[in-house]
Amino acid sequence: MAKIYSKKVIVIKDLKPKREVVSFLLSYSKALTVVKIDDKSFEIIAN
Amino acid sequence: MANLQIPDALLVKNYVEGNESALSTLIKRHESKIYGFIYSKIADRDISNDIFQDTFIKVIKTLKSNSYNEEGKFLPWVMRISHNLIVDHYRKTKKMPMYRETEEFSIFSIMSDDSLTIENKMIVDQVEVDLKKLIEELPDDQKEVLVMRMYQDMSFKEISEITGVSINTALGRMRYALMNIRKIIEKHQIILTN
Repeated sequence: MAKIYSKKVIVIKDLKPKREVVSFLLSYSKALTVVKIDDKSFEIIAN
Repeated sequence: MANLQIPDALLVKNYVEGNESALSTLIKRHESKIYGFIYSKIADRDISNDIFQDTFIKVIKTLKSNSYNEEGKFLPWVMRISHNLIVDHYRKTKKMPMYRETEEFSIFSIMSDDSLTIENKMIVDQVEVDLKKLIEELPDDQKEVLVMRMYQDMSFKEISEITGVSINTALGRMRYALMNIRKIIEKHQIILTN
């Protein structure tokens, strides 16, 4: 078979994170509220 | 039909203003690029998922606290966060188990060096240089397609869009480029080995 001499940048296409990860992130985002008071910020996570 | 896509900046703005579905769109739009980037550096699906998750937790926190600077673009910003987390990951896992050499156990029994020798490396570099010279000999249209395909890893669709020719023409130029390089190699009896 022909040998490839060029240095190829490895790009892996169509790789996706687990559905659970994305689902967690969306739920986390909905639950999270960040409140800024003066120079402090408070993170509140709703159950 | 026109393919209308809401720009990232507008989605970010909507998300900051409380539209949660904007985040879902942003993740769907970029998940493949970001996860692929992380996986290309980590080569472990589970760890890549963890880093992807941590990346977006940072993104969410930053956006929700209104600390996002609109100056840059969204994707490069997220990529930078994931890059920093990848570096952190490698820093954490740097601690390697320590082996002491004894009479019964030699460290070299478990160590091997698979990297190229200096000589082989020089040969590989020379092959690269020779090949680049050969590519320079090609007509401009063929050279352009070959460089985009082999060195910039672009698809033929992307190449055709950039060069303004059809995919078939781009494929044809690639084919002729390879044929011409082979011809030059045969004609001048060039040896490319490594």
